Amino acid sequence: MNVPRQRRARDVVATIGPKEELSPVVATANTRGSISLSRSLSGSFCHKFGVSGLGMAFLRAPPRSGFIVHYSIFSILSQAFKGQTGWTPVWREPEPKPAYDAIVVGGGGHGLATAYYLAKNHGLTNVAVVEKGWIGSGNVGRNTTIIRSNYREHGNIPFYEKSLQLWEGLEQDINYNAMVSQRGVLNLFHSDAQRDAAARRGNAMRLNGVDAELLDRDGVRAIVPNLDFDNARFPISGGLLQRRGGTVRHDAVAWGYARAADQRGVDILQNCEVTGIRIDNGRVTGVETARGFIGAKKVGLACAGNSSRVAAMAGLRLPIESHVLQAFVTEGIKPLVPNVVTFGAGHFYISQSDKGGLVFGGSLDGYNSYAQRGNLPAVEEVMEEAVAVMPSAGRLRVLRSWGGIMDMSMDGSPIIDKTPVAGLYLNCGWCYGGFKATPASGFCFAHTMANDEPHELNAPYRLDRFATGNLLDEAGTGAQPNLH
Amino acid sequence: MRILCPYCGQRSNAEFSYLGDAAPVRPRDVRRATGESATGNAALREFSDYVYLRTNPPGLLREWWQHTGGCRAWLVVERNVTTHQIGAVVGARDGAGGTREMSR
Repeated sequence: MNVPRQRRARDVVATIGPKEELSPVVATANTRGSISLSRSLSGSFCHKFGVSGLGMAFLRAPPRSGFIVHYSIFSILSQAFKGQTGWTPVWREPEPKPAYDAIVVGGGGHGLATAYYLAKNHGLTNVAVVEKGWIGSGNVGRNTTIIRSNYREHGNIPFYEKSLQLWEGLEQDINYNAMVSQRGVLNLFHSDAQRDAAARRGNAMRLNGVDAELLDRDGVRAIVPNLDFDNARFPISGGLLQRRGGTVRHDAVAWGYARAADQRGVDILQNCEVTGIRIDNGRVTGVETARGFIGAKKVGLACAGNSSRVAAMAGLRLPIESHVLQAFVTEGIKPLVPNVVTFGAGHFYISQSDKGGLVFGGSLDGYNSYAQRGNLPAVEEVMEEAVAVMPSAGRLRVLRSWGGIMDMSMDGSPIIDKTPVAGLYLNCGWCYGGFKATPASGFCFAHTMANDEPHELNAPYRLDRFATGNLLDEAGTGAQPNLH
Repeated sequence: MRILCPYCGQRSNAEFSYLGDAAPVRPRDVRRATGESATGNAALREFSDYVYLRTNPPGLLREWWQHTGGCRAWLVVERNVTTHQIGAVVGARDGAGGTREMSR
């Protein structure tokens, strides 16, 4: 029985093996991003210090008063000579105007990206982002920084691939170093059945023009030699690798989008919690906030774990539960994990930050929570998975752990759509995959808000798909959010 | 987080499985939820709301938990989802408070 199964698996390796050329779509995507260009100059030096902006260092006249510094190697060098005393705040702290054309509720990655693309792609600059705390204080600063587009379902692959392509050009686009690092995402598998599933997913990706490589055991060993390949229970038999996946400096995404949106005239209003949504004759007219009423023709909600609370202000009940997900980082060590590795026999993912700490996480705690912290049983499970796949990790000390509140949808896929209230738009249900989606989410949500209809990429992410039966259940676990 | 099982005493939440909010009540007659009639559509909507929509409030929540790693009893646990503080825990039969009709 074993022999034909292995032969079949090997055939699949040949189909999507590492030696095969990438499909043209991927090649285009790769060459379009000037990141790969700057990387070919070699080393992260260019990347970090903005050599890619060479020859473009100048003071650009903004749409408002004042000057905006274009970040480049020259701005870095000139600051070095000034003792770093000339840096100015990268976004304004304006007072709220009485009214805006559009308000985005939620100053996280998705909200700020939405505001940026509203201004850049749709010419809507009379826009505010309202945030109850400080921008980036939620999940955009609490995730494990992974980007990838290795999905299987039709509705998901094009959306997440768009997101990855936007990541590839993001730093040039917003003139901000987000440390986008395409170090690869490697999903391990431990059995023939898992190999078949990985091959199927890889083929689905390739058919959509996304890069995927099926590695055998030796292929994995060549990349990450320190895994427990001969684990008695879960020996590693190979992995599905997406080389264009990787990690991004998560806080910089919030700050970079905030700066870029601010430069285009968007008002970022912090400490401005929304306490009510005003609706007249079925149409939204503005939001009540901690800083008073602010009128708006359109309001977009990008509130992640607080989506149900905010949507309830407009009388909506959502197919969402809020759950807590924990993440961890160890003390800094020399390079050990070259890319993102995921354990296939549980739910565990690990990468190494540029500071040297191993950043990792696992599954949800499994119960509803708004607490932004979890419990010890989930910690224990994640640690067990860590040492099961990488025994050497047991020698490390964990520096910090934290929790974020996930907006878990009923099918594991997000919602970007209009709502029954005219002028009110909804962006939620990111489960624990929201970070990688940030650029495409902002891109699609801005399109949906500006045109009052979804972009084709977020057309599958309808709010009413639960009632109509058009679910997008990547994991196939049904309406039980703690299983997604 | 430790849950006081009325049958086994105080145990780690690792011993328990979670189902969720205990408030939604399964619509009484699922058989009506078929066909194209107005009542059929309304019943279908009611059933889809029961399966997919959640109030998802912060603060106190009454939830279904099962003591899968112990007596396997279904429980209704009152818990503050903002602080993780556990309140009253009762067996499912008592906790349902007679509002949940048995489907025959």
